[in-house]
Amino acid sequence: MTVHNLYIFDRNGNCLFYNEWNRKKQAGISKDEEFKLMYGMLFSIRSFVSKMSPLDMKEGFLSFQTSKYRLHYYETPSGLKFVLNTDLSVSNARDTLQHIYSNLYVEHIVKNPVCVLGHGLDSELFSSRLDAFIRALPYYSPRAA
Amino acid sequence: MVIFSVYLVNKAGGLIYQYDNYVPRAEAEKTFSFPLDLVLKHHDEKVVVSFGQRDGIRVGHAVLSINGVDVIGKNTAEGKDILEYLKDASNYPVSIRFGRARLSSNEKLMLASMFHSLVVFLRLFAIGSQLSPDAGSSGIEMLETDVFKLHCFQTLTGIKFIVLADPRQSGIDALLRKIYEIYSDFALKNPFYSLEMPIRCELFDQNLKSALEIAEKAGNFGAGS
Repeated sequence: MTVHNLYIFDRNGNCLFYNEWNRKKQAGISKDEEFKLMYGMLFSIRSFVSKMSPLDMKEGFLSFQTSKYRLHYYETPSGLKFVLNTDLSVSNARDTLQHIYSNLYVEHIVKNPVCVLGHGLDSELFSSRLDAFIRALPYYSPRAA
Repeated sequence: MVIFSVYLVNKAGGLIYQYDNYVPRAEAEKTFSFPLDLVLKHHDEKVVVSFGQRDGIRVGHAVLSINGVDVIGKNTAEGKDILEYLKDASNYPVSIRFGRARLSSNEKLMLASMFHSLVVFLRLFAIGSQLSPDAGSSGIEMLETDVFKLHCFQTLTGIKFIVLADPRQSGIDALLRKIYEIYSDFALKNPFYSLEMPIRCELFDQNLKSALEIAEKAGNFGAGS
């Protein structure tokens, strides 16, 4: 039961925000490279899913899991992408991601005139609120993992 | 619920078997007057709706037939470009049938190798631990969307069994192992089958179909599979 890390991408593929809580393995590459890899992977999954789907989709890609972790994905109609990695015990983190968007991102970034949209989010208030929110999640407990 | 389709991908990313178990029909036919109230565009040798959803016609649907005659790619049956044809007011009123474009076998090959590269990519980067937050992770085992779930089972020899099913369908894990068993029994033991090549084997087909039927009956409202 744990949360590994969170990425926020804008519609152009820039990584706006990254934070990690209980990441066991670090990438052996720079953060910039890692963001590009991650965005590229999500982009190909999205196009794969839209071609593969036998029916018309509404939400599209929601999550995938491997033997070790689960990646949750939420995309807003404006193209903002929220990616949360957790362990396998978390079956649905959609509400969490929606909450981060509507109650944290919109409140502390969009409504803050000093924050320039499309650049990295350097709002301290946003980071601390997000950190507090993630740490308060019922499935955040690194010790149990 | 339903199992949509089954894919077998060899260790090089080639599609060696594909079977569509259930193809939902999402088609709409409508008679239009000039000018057309949909925005159409060319995409991948097809004409698709890019804007304007109405009466069951959705963005992304392709033109399947005009006045009851099936179209050929982006041309009408007479070989004229569809977009040019629809610009001409004298051709109206016109009846057009729209639907989700079927995957051609070429596209299926492409999607299979695309998925293969995703799985390999994730596993490779798991070994190098670049994207995975945890050590020793496998490739994608399950991928979920709002209309289907993709389950993937990779054998030790690198063959990937992929099943596309309704998100509520349960018992897929057992089905994937059953398909592995059928593959070992009827494809690998067939003396005329050469390894890594497409499977054309009647017994394999039959057994796969009955396994799918059993799996579909087995239950559809399990909490997870």
